[in-house]
Amino acid sequence: MNEFKPLPNLPPPAATTGVIGWARANLFPTPFSSALTVLGIYFLYITLVPFLDWAVFSADWLGTDKSACVSGGACWAFVTARLDFFIYGFYPASEVWRLDICIALFILSFAPQFFDTFPYKKNLGIFSLTVFPVVCYVLISGGWFGLEEVSTEKWGGLSLTLMLAYVGIVAALPIGVVLALGRRSQLPVIRTFCISFIELWRGVPLISVLFMSSVMLPLFLPEGMNFDKLLRALIGITMFQSAYMAEVVRGGLQAIPNGQHEAASALGLGYWKSMRLVILPQALKLVIPGIVNTFIALFKDTTLVLIIGLFEVLAAVEAVVRGTQWRGLTFEGYIFVGLCFWVFCFGISRYSQKLEQKLNTGHKR
Amino acid sequence: MASTDFAVQLINVNKWYGEFHVLKDINLNVRVGERIVICGPSGSGKSTMIRCINRLEEHQAGQIIVGGIELTHDLKRIDKVRREVGMCFQHFNLFPHLTVLENCTLAPIWVRKMPKKQAIESAMHYLERVKIPEQANKFPGQLSGGQQQRVAIARSLCMNPKVMLFDEPTSALDPEMIKEVLDVMVELAEEGMTMLCVTHEMGFAKLVADRVIFMDMGQVVEENKPEQFFNDPQNDRTKLFLSQILNH
Repeated sequence: MNEFKPLPNLPPPAATTGVIGWARANLFPTPFSSALTVLGIYFLYITLVPFLDWAVFSADWLGTDKSACVSGGACWAFVTARLDFFIYGFYPASEVWRLDICIALFILSFAPQFFDTFPYKKNLGIFSLTVFPVVCYVLISGGWFGLEEVSTEKWGGLSLTLMLAYVGIVAALPIGVVLALGRRSQLPVIRTFCISFIELWRGVPLISVLFMSSVMLPLFLPEGMNFDKLLRALIGITMFQSAYMAEVVRGGLQAIPNGQHEAASALGLGYWKSMRLVILPQALKLVIPGIVNTFIALFKDTTLVLIIGLFEVLAAVEAVVRGTQWRGLTFEGYIFVGLCFWVFCFGISRYSQKLEQKLNTGHKR
Repeated sequence: MASTDFAVQLINVNKWYGEFHVLKDINLNVRVGERIVICGPSGSGKSTMIRCINRLEEHQAGQIIVGGIELTHDLKRIDKVRREVGMCFQHFNLFPHLTVLENCTLAPIWVRKMPKKQAIESAMHYLERVKIPEQANKFPGQLSGGQQQRVAIARSLCMNPKVMLFDEPTSALDPEMIKEVLDVMVELAEEGMTMLCVTHEMGFAKLVADRVIFMDMGQVVEENKPEQFFNDPQNDRTKLFLSQILNH
């Protein structure tokens, strides 16, 4: 009888690995591809080099008004001169330290989430979802503990943008999850309510929601019962985004095989426990890209509150580049605003990719 | 009628999927400690029947009594029954986001309110019994099919069930892995567990079953001790079925 002998494992041929192998396979595999590679490099050269020159190398960075910009490049002096305004809006200068504390807390509670080795990530996460918003609200609005009250009309700039986005994100996810579960409920009343809610909010533009909240709603409320404009905008944004979130989460719920529900039931887990421990952890993990998509959309949609007179970062920058000192710097202004948003959206995106990798337990069944 | 000598009683059970009559007047009494193998062609209702026993499927007529508790729409009764009845599925249905150990401790901790430390100890005990304690911290996706099914058995055993249901536990496995799962099931049977097992593993049936039940078209066609069932089947339908699965 013959004995079965496995053949030894050999390394791959040298020409297919390393830098040269990579360049060959990806940049110059055929004459046509090589031509495209060269053309691409040339295109980058004629676009990127002049832009970098304008935006960075020959730009003006400091000055008190537009006359300081003489070099012909971009004029970033308005950013450095009015940075306080862009970040804090009309918040009183003597009270700005309160916002600074909030921003510092924000950075301190989120930066460690990017490091794998940090041990208290879970506690920090709970802190940033519960204690942090309350502390910020108390600090920023004032009126407690001898802090001077600052009315919401004075809130503005990037801090207001972050506030709107944060509250929207933190509130829209749980509401969205509940709506998604409700839409799949066996109980007709709950199901109908959730479907109506989702279809109603998803079917109207955010702009009209904001208009309704700021113009129409006060007309229907009884005399004297008028609550804050910012709060109304926040509720509008949250309702709107939770409808989107619900549909994203529902997509995840539908992707979970029935066997998971059955296994959880067979073990004696009730509806809420099997949702919380078995179904939702898997469903939410599956739809992280969709959730993050909604978060990013929400973050950028906060700029729309400028049409109801809330002074978020885009409105603040516009006010400056249309003012007398810095008139005409709209191009730089919009690039600056774009950059502000991009930094945060990119951060959210990177974090979500990290999360996906971490939660990937591989090999679905 | 409802006696605690019987682990499971089915009395005139009928079930329909819409208009389709899947279970027709099923009567079955399973004594404590009895091992029953159920076989039959696909679509005969055998899976549906055992899934009715822990109410994964609802029956529309007749009575199902498990451990003295009759299954009705009452959710509390359903929960009570499910706590005492373990189940293994054809496709294992392990929770892919949890480790093997967490799969095993989940229900004891959240349903039985067992302290975490004790749940881990008992989970490790059962993982040793199914011979894979070394895989405790891996995720189900990293295991072979046979290993996964053994984890699924351990997961059920962690709830300390009085009855175990097996729904074609080996039919999704590669031939080389079937034996390792059957070995675990044989051991379980030898320890006196009450078992209802839907399977086509006739060797297993001959070895451990007290009774073999043959189903077709939603009915129990024949039930007998394994020796008589295999050597001297009474019904023509049973003879045909046996000739097809044994001589290929």
